[in-house]
Amino acid sequence: MKFLEEKIFKVIMICAAMIILGVLVYIIATVFYRGLPALTLDMITKLPGGGFYLGKEGGVLNAIVGSLYIILGSLTIAIVISVPLVMYINFYLPARSIFSSLIRFSLDILFGIPSIVYGAFGFALMIFLGIRASLLGGILTVAMLIMPIMMRSFDEITRLLSRDLPDALLSLGSTKYEMVKVILRQLMPGLVTAVLLAIGRGIGDAATVLFTAGYTDNIPASLNQPAATLPLSIFFQLGSPVEEVQNRAYASAIILTVIILILSFAARYFSSKFSKHKI
Amino acid sequence: MILTNHHLASRIQASFIEMNDAITLRKVVTNQSIRVENLDVFIEDQHILKDINLTIPEKSITCIIGPSGCGKSTFLKTLNRMHDESPEVKISGKVFVDDNNIYGPRVNVIDTRKKMGLLAQRPCPLPMSIFENVAYGPRIHGVKKRKVVNQTVIQYLQYVGLWDEVRDRIRTSATRLSIGQQQRLCLARGLAIEPEYILGDEATSALDPLSTKKIEELFVKLKAKYTVILVTHTLRQARRIADNIIFMYLGKIIESGPTEEFFNNPRKQLTRDYLSGSFS
Repeated sequence: MKFLEEKIFKVIMICAAMIILGVLVYIIATVFYRGLPALTLDMITKLPGGGFYLGKEGGVLNAIVGSLYIILGSLTIAIVISVPLVMYINFYLPARSIFSSLIRFSLDILFGIPSIVYGAFGFALMIFLGIRASLLGGILTVAMLIMPIMMRSFDEITRLLSRDLPDALLSLGSTKYEMVKVILRQLMPGLVTAVLLAIGRGIGDAATVLFTAGYTDNIPASLNQPAATLPLSIFFQLGSPVEEVQNRAYASAIILTVIILILSFAARYFSSKFSKHKI
Repeated sequence: MILTNHHLASRIQASFIEMNDAITLRKVVTNQSIRVENLDVFIEDQHILKDINLTIPEKSITCIIGPSGCGKSTFLKTLNRMHDESPEVKISGKVFVDDNNIYGPRVNVIDTRKKMGLLAQRPCPLPMSIFENVAYGPRIHGVKKRKVVNQTVIQYLQYVGLWDEVRDRIRTSATRLSIGQQQRLCLARGLAIEPEYILGDEATSALDPLSTKKIEELFVKLKAKYTVILVTHTLRQARRIADNIIFMYLGKIIESGPTEEFFNNPRKQLTRDYLSGSFS
């Protein structure tokens, strides 16, 4: 009987692993099978020409640059707000403070709100402030979307830090601020993980930028101009009746994936540089 | 080869003596002692330390012994105000360090902590290089000149006998050291802030016998210049290195006195029971 139990559970575990691997392979295979032939140098170096969405010449440089602008802008805002907040609730507030539980609870709720709601909220806010669909609008809205993800995951990692390091620093006569500066070095890999999760969610999201960043065939020259994004570009190309353009959508998906990969490697690289003395 | 080694050793010996003199010259400390009056500590509703009154003599090793949960570590933490970080801890009474009540009004916590070098149970190196670990304290306390910082680091690494072991990899991570080396590094780091007191919270309990021996030897060496207060689990350790013993049980001081007297002629029945291993 025990032997049978063991056997059945083993089969279930292997099946689960296979399903995950299978789905991943299937997605990547489809994207590459349809996208790779359409992935030309033009795709990443040219703006969409006239009639691009009906099969004429051009590329998605507008969306590549737009997506990079938006994700880098919103990451900057999100990091500048997340790091102090996480340090505050972990090292300045007492361990069982009501205020820190309240913040964590709010973050959990914000975490679960669908991105289209952030889009709609951002749009409403922009109308109130008199901002038109623009790069700035996109950056602010995506920042709102990724902040809870970044804060919550960074917070989880920070909570795992043992009390030994803060205690050691304080007993040497550090002020709280001096203590936090050293702790951040130790937490750098955790922060990078949080940033990567945020990038993954932020760069691929279409709903938030749909109303707020707009769409354009040009590269935005200022924060007030609309900006194209890769998810929306994929959406518009998939919507085309021309099969060639649909294949270009898959090529754009490859580009998006590669961008995320490059950002991940870059983040890991800089993190290992900054935290080579991690305990 | 043997000659070179010998030469090196004697050179180190010379610099060692020199350095010891330097420390003596620099530290002109008067009236180093700790006096505790009517200290009570509550954690939430639990009465952890009950009416503690004691004086810790200067320039000696005082070991606090007692079974787990008797309040030894809590007491040690009251000496450098580490309970400030936990709002659930309530403290009443007076702790005089160099004749100043550290729980009095207008006391600078940083200054108080700077007087106490703490050696924790498990070594916790900072996420920096070996050099920066020792340099950290002097730097945050305002030592700017690179030359002075360098000298300080070398001095204290030599003092704890780590310099020869790490001189070639001073810029590598402190975590690459063995746990015994890490503990000596932590001691050097604590000494570099130039404290007057050394607090050890079961500082050898995570170490192997050889590393333990090295740390114990350092404590004995330290008492020439510092007042050393150790919490320990091992009676044998207390007997080996302590000048005075404080025996605590359930938050109270049961008995205290010079080591020989304490171990040979304990006055209280409870002490005799503890020493004979009836409870631990």
